[in-house]
Parts: sequence; structure tokens; C-alpha cells
Amino acid sequence: MFRVARLIAAKDLRVEMRSRVVTNQVLPFAAIVMVMFAFALNSDAVVSRVAPGLVWLATLFSLLILVQRSFAIENADGATDALRAAGVDPSGIFLGKAMALAVQLAVLELVLLVSAVVLYSTELRVGGLVLLLVTFVAATVGLALVGTLYGGLAGGVRGRETLLPLLLLPVVAPVLIGATRATESALGTGGATVADGWPWVGLLAVFVALFSVGGTLAFGPLIEE
Amino acid sequence: MDPVVHLSNAVAVLGQFPVLAGVNLTVNRGEIVLLQGPNGAGKTSLLRLCAGLLPLARGEAVLLGCDLRTQREAVRSRVGLLGHANGLYADLTVAENVRFWGATVGASKPEVQAALQRMGLAQRLSDVAVSRLSAGQKRRTALACLIARRAELWLLDEPHAGLDAAARDELDATLRDAAAAGATIIVASHELERAGALATRVVEVVGGQIRTPNGEVA
Repeated sequence: MFRVARLIAAKDLRVEMRSRVVTNQVLPFAAIVMVMFAFALNSDAVVSRVAPGLVWLATLFSLLILVQRSFAIENADGATDALRAAGVDPSGIFLGKAMALAVQLAVLELVLLVSAVVLYSTELRVGGLVLLLVTFVAATVGLALVGTLYGGLAGGVRGRETLLPLLLLPVVAPVLIGATRATESALGTGGATVADGWPWVGLLAVFVALFSVGGTLAFGPLIEE
Repeated sequence: MDPVVHLSNAVAVLGQFPVLAGVNLTVNRGEIVLLQGPNGAGKTSLLRLCAGLLPLARGEAVLLGCDLRTQREAVRSRVGLLGHANGLYADLTVAENVRFWGATVGASKPEVQAALQRMGLAQRLSDVAVSRLSAGQKRRTALACLIARRAELWLLDEPHAGLDAAARDELDATLRDAAAAGATIIVASHELERAGALATRVVEVVGGQIRTPNGEVA
């Protein structure tokens, strides 16, 4: 399973490096969303207060594009069917695609965090760095797992482009809430302390555990249907 | 003889609709069998059943010595299906695609290189992105992937579609070589003259069943 996962992840990342969809389309899209938030809220104080939530909202919007793209490369020339027909371990496919998605999300989030510092005058605190790092890792893995699972579910269905946001956004609400609260604590937004953030990281960890086990078991039957 | 495919009264259903209505077919190692019949006769369904992509509703299906009902994954790993799509990644090069599909079964570098060599892809086209290939070159790349995957049973659905005359000749030569090397090949095609000349046996599929030359259900 892990050999297949490494193989799929390497293939997905190589495809992205060649096509440059993430760098040329998704990153600019995320940056534009951040700028639009700033225009819409039109107040430094408000923007600074809600910056963590905006970072994670922009991440979720970009996640939808990344997941669509991840499965579009499989469906374009019938590779999903070919993987099934070749008897490639579906659990390995799931983990591999989630790993590649996590790497792309991590790059995206780094850019969004830098955007928040530049555009929203967000200040990073040394005391909150560990919490910030753990939050980003847990939320990224969680989003990648659930994105891959629902991408596989919607991948074979007609109207998948519109179905995916409908399915995915309600499910990732706990990640949005948990990651936003933990990030607020790490940054000290609205007087939150670092200690306030760790229970939210616990929620993210539960989410990761749930979807790593559930996704590994469910992905095979999902792509068979 | 060594039967690679043995279907006995095989029935497959899509939704409520029976796409295969009791197929009896035996294919031996090294044979090239042509499935012919009108559109909707069940040729593609028969190939998908043999590939383990269409569940067997009733009857018996033994492929490469494995029961399709209980050992589907074992069958899948030894069967190569080339349908209307090629299953290639457009942004990767020819060599990267073949390497990827070979790696799914743990093929070594020399095996991948041999597959590229056999399809005439090892030199000029090896580092070309699949998106820049012609239809015939894509087909050859997909066949190289089957070779790298060590597929023993090749299931080809309209393999000549979209190819020019030269590419068709190349494809036919490749299939003859593969069969001579021990692969068993089942081809579904409307190109009866060309595919018929290639095949060692022609099988008529009508209404989800195999018909004998005198029109009776096999």
C-alpha cells in the first residue's frame, strides 16, 4: 500500500510540476481572494481581527480547485479505469493522492500566510510558532484526506464540478473552525492565548484519524461504483 | 491446450439491463481472438467482464486460472485492458508513463526499457510529452505500458480506431509479436477485414451471447 502511495504521489507531483497549474493558476487565485477580502472588509482593524479565518477560507476555496485538478488528470484519458483494471491497490491510490494534495496545500498555505502578514498586517509571535506549525500540518493533512475522498466520490459522477463543493464544504467545516481558532490562538488574535489553541488541534487530530482510516477503507468501493 | 479465458454461461447486468446473457467462451494461450458484432452486441461488456471491471452476475468465469468472482484482484493484476481511452498522463513523457505503469507491478528498469524498445519508443520519442504525440504514438505508448505491466491477457477495444494505415500496420505487427511471445489477445473491432486477418479465430457476439458460424448460441 505505501509503495503504491509513494508512486502515485510522485506521479501527481511530477504532473503538477510539468503543468504548473498550481503555480500559474491556483496561487494567483488564492492571492486574489485575499486581496478581495481586504477590499470587501475595508477596515484594517476588522481585517486584522479576522485574518486567520480569511486564510483558511481562501485555503478551502483553493482546495476545491486542487481536488478537481487532482481527479481531472486521472479522468482525462481514462487513467482511473486503467488503475482499477490494473488492480492497483485503491488504499495506496487514496493515500498517494492525499500526500500529493497535502504538499500542494502546504505551498499554498505558506503563500497565504505571507499574504496575510503583508496585506492584513498580521503579526507572527515566537511563542505561538509551534502551535501555528502543528495547526497547519494537522489541518493540511485533514483537508487533503477529506478532499481526496470526496474527489474520488464525485469523480465518476456527471456534474462533478458543481457536486464537489456541495459535498465537500459542509464536511470540512470542523477543519475551518478548528484551524481558525487554533491559528487565532497562535497569533494572539482578539486576546486568545496559545493554551486556548491546543484543544482545537485535538479536534483536527481526531478529524485526521477519522478520515485517514475511513478514507483508506472507503476509497476502493467508491471508485468501483 | 492451456485455457486463459473460460466463461461458462456468464451473465453480467448493468442496472436492470442484461449486457451479457449467458456467454460461453474459451480462449487458449497465444490466441488472437476477434470479437465481431453490431453496436450494443456486448463486445465491450465482454472485455470489461474479462478485465474484472464488470461484475459477474451469474455463471462461471475463470481467467488465467483464477476465479473472477473470488480472485478479482489477482486477475486484474495480470490482465491489460486498452479501451477507447489510453490511460496515459498527458503531461508526463512516454518513458515516465511506461515507468509509472511498470512500477505498479514492480517492473525493473530493464523491463521498462525493453517495453519501450519493443514498441519502438526507446529513442526519439522516449522523452516527448504524451500530449505532443499522434494518436498512433499514444496507442503504441499504451501498449508499451501493457508490456511493462507484464499483462498476460490483452483486451483491446477498437484498437485501430483513429490510426492511419502505417500506424495500423505497426499495431498489427506488435500484436502478432506479443501473441508469439505468449500473450493472449482478445480484440473487439468493427474493422473486420483488418482485424480478421490478424486474428487466429473470429467470434460473433450478438445480443450479449456468442453465436456459432451457423447462427446458434454457443
